[in-house]
Amino acid sequence: MSVAWDEASIAERARSFLAEHDPARTDRLGFLRARFDAGLAWVHFPEGLGGLGTRRDLQAVVERELKGTPDNDPGRIGIGLGMAAPTVLAFGTDEQRRRFLRPLWTGEEVWCQLFSEPGAGSDLATLATRAVREGDEWVVDGQKVWTSSAHTARWGILVARTDPDVPKHRGLTYFVCDMRAPGVEVRPLRQITGEAEFNEVFLTGVRLPDSLRLGEVGDGWRVAQTTLMNERVAIGGAPARRSMAGVVADTWRSRPELRTHDLHQRLLKLWVDAEVLRLTAVRLREQLAAGHPGPEGSGMKLAFARLHQELSGLEVELLREDGLAYDDWTFRRPEAVDFLGREAGYRYLRAKGNSIEGGTSEILRNIIAERVLGLPSEPRADKDVAWKDLPR
Amino acid sequence: MTDDRSTSLLYTEVEQELRAAVRDLLADKSAPADVLARAEAAAGGAAPYDAELWKALARDIGAAGLLVPEELGGAGASAREAAVVLEELGRSVAAVPFLSSAVLATRALMAAGGDVAAGLLERLSSGEVTAALAVSAATSPYGPKGPAVTLGADGRVSGTVTGVIGAEVADVLLVPALAASDGSLALCAVSAGEGAGVAAVPSLDLTRPVATVTFASAPAGVVARRTGTWAPGVREALATGAGLLASEQLGVAEWCLDTTVAYVKERRQFARPVGSFQAVKHRLADLWLEVVGARAAARNAAALLADPRRGEEAASAVAVAQAYCGAVAVHAAEECVQLHGGIGMTWEHPAHLYLKRAKADQIILGTPGDHREAVAVLADLPGPAPVL
Repeated sequence: MSVAWDEASIAERARSFLAEHDPARTDRLGFLRARFDAGLAWVHFPEGLGGLGTRRDLQAVVERELKGTPDNDPGRIGIGLGMAAPTVLAFGTDEQRRRFLRPLWTGEEVWCQLFSEPGAGSDLATLATRAVREGDEWVVDGQKVWTSSAHTARWGILVARTDPDVPKHRGLTYFVCDMRAPGVEVRPLRQITGEAEFNEVFLTGVRLPDSLRLGEVGDGWRVAQTTLMNERVAIGGAPARRSMAGVVADTWRSRPELRTHDLHQRLLKLWVDAEVLRLTAVRLREQLAAGHPGPEGSGMKLAFARLHQELSGLEVELLREDGLAYDDWTFRRPEAVDFLGREAGYRYLRAKGNSIEGGTSEILRNIIAERVLGLPSEPRADKDVAWKDLPR
Repeated sequence: MTDDRSTSLLYTEVEQELRAAVRDLLADKSAPADVLARAEAAAGGAAPYDAELWKALARDIGAAGLLVPEELGGAGASAREAAVVLEELGRSVAAVPFLSSAVLATRALMAAGGDVAAGLLERLSSGEVTAALAVSAATSPYGPKGPAVTLGADGRVSGTVTGVIGAEVADVLLVPALAASDGSLALCAVSAGEGAGVAAVPSLDLTRPVATVTFASAPAGVVARRTGTWAPGVREALATGAGLLASEQLGVAEWCLDTTVAYVKERRQFARPVGSFQAVKHRLADLWLEVVGARAAARNAAALLADPRRGEEAASAVAVAQAYCGAVAVHAAEECVQLHGGIGMTWEHPAHLYLKRAKADQIILGTPGDHREAVAVLADLPGPAPVL
């Protein structure tokens, strides 16, 4: 680290960047590329990779200084930002980092996540998609599911089985999948909201060069853990510009005729829960900034899912007759994930996914119980058996 | 002792040192067996307070003067440090009058101001005397009841106050009284024993019982007086007390969670630790998450109470912390009893002391519902208009 950055010096750098790159006279992409090259994309990343190698919380200073300038539309590239990027940074070669991170951050290249399969959900490590080495290439066959953004993605982070003869956690390898390669077929999967945010992805004889492997052969489970931990932080811990509590409170304030004592008591309780969750996130970020990441992160997504579901359910009920209506059931394939958009009915239905996507609430409770509280795991029959011999 | 981390929700090094000192003292002098023995005495009608422990905490560690400014002989610390002491006292359900004397009575005197208050604060902060605020502990900081005590033209107070905490060990009783002469409200200081009788009441909380205090023409010194709905200092004392009580509730909840987790790792049924069953693990994971939230809420209340420039934010922080933490402590104590099985129902296991403290804490200084009503106002979330 060549410079010890602080709030003042980071703010100064952001201001001088802005002076040199007037967003009014630069095209959007040019501006974003220049911002990446100036180390102002994600300041905690290393220099030369969009960052300044400094404290993560100083990013807030950059965002404040660059407020109102063109952004990279984080809702459209959330998987890239939240999951692919930290994994590429942690396990990628220098060449992979240089190739992938810049277009990922600017939004030129959208990423998707090829983890879950029809037969491997919570038990991800049992996945069956095969990757077989042929010279300098890997040939991939299998089916992935619940893949958000697959229809817009240039790249996918892929976990595949490279050795079926060892226990399931050990025979996995992590790849970057070229979504334009022959044999990749993406089909929309319609959700309870009426939209198809996610997809099924069929991989048939897809050939990936070995240069797209991330981490060692057989080390895919460990690499995937990095992705999953970051996913939960991304879903649960990000400071929100707008919150579900804020949306529901606005409805409450604007519709006094709908208020009842029962709803009032429940709203106040949820509002307090939301405020406590916000403070928990503030405290968590302080811990991160102080260099002592606490285990609290594992719980954020769990709390966030429950709160979103209860608040959005309350809003539909509050709306009475308007709650009986639904804005639009048209089968669409949106480019961005949006928990708070559209009308109350959509928000209610979309929130149901919050306790499933990125690790179900049940799995998260196991993680907290075992890794934070140190409680023993359930007796397991699948740990020391070769994957190919597991009962099916 | 304000530093640049005073709004942080983390603990400063100074706070961690204070915690270590209090925890060492409590481990030495207030082990579960000691607390149980005192609870036993309390069940028989005696006061459970441990005078020796209080002396060590008040004088040697300086807890009595934490909130008192240095010019009055105190430590000039803030609500942040007092909160850390309360976390530790909650963890051990220690029977000491810290909340009643060093927080409620002390804060009332500081807010009331004046020479009488200054003199009393000096004696309080040295640990030489202990005081109690003779107001029902069930009073919320939002809705005053008129004082039950009157101040006569002869300077004597008469009347009865129920539900008072810490009165049995108080040398000085601070009582809000209605002045017969002009209808003003006065905060009066009465020496215990001089016309003031304290009768312990069989109480739900064995380690912090309530008492009835009867003033029979007791000679009183007027600390301050004013007209309005509250006697001087009382509202401030109750609000600060409510905000800091969240830290005690956090400590109670932490002990219950830690103790239960340790127990279910050890206790075996069906040839496995009961803590390996998902039905048990998931309950404890949810409880852990509640405790994590309680810590953030309690720290936020303490940090804002410590900053005199942020009064309005402090009011919101106190209401949010109290609306949240009371239920967390009760839930933790109830889970502690349940997940210990039969032993959790016994008198010999200390779980019941925490359950009783948690349930009483839910009521004192405003119920969660009282604090949610305050949130409705502070967060602009008004209720329905009256039907008629």
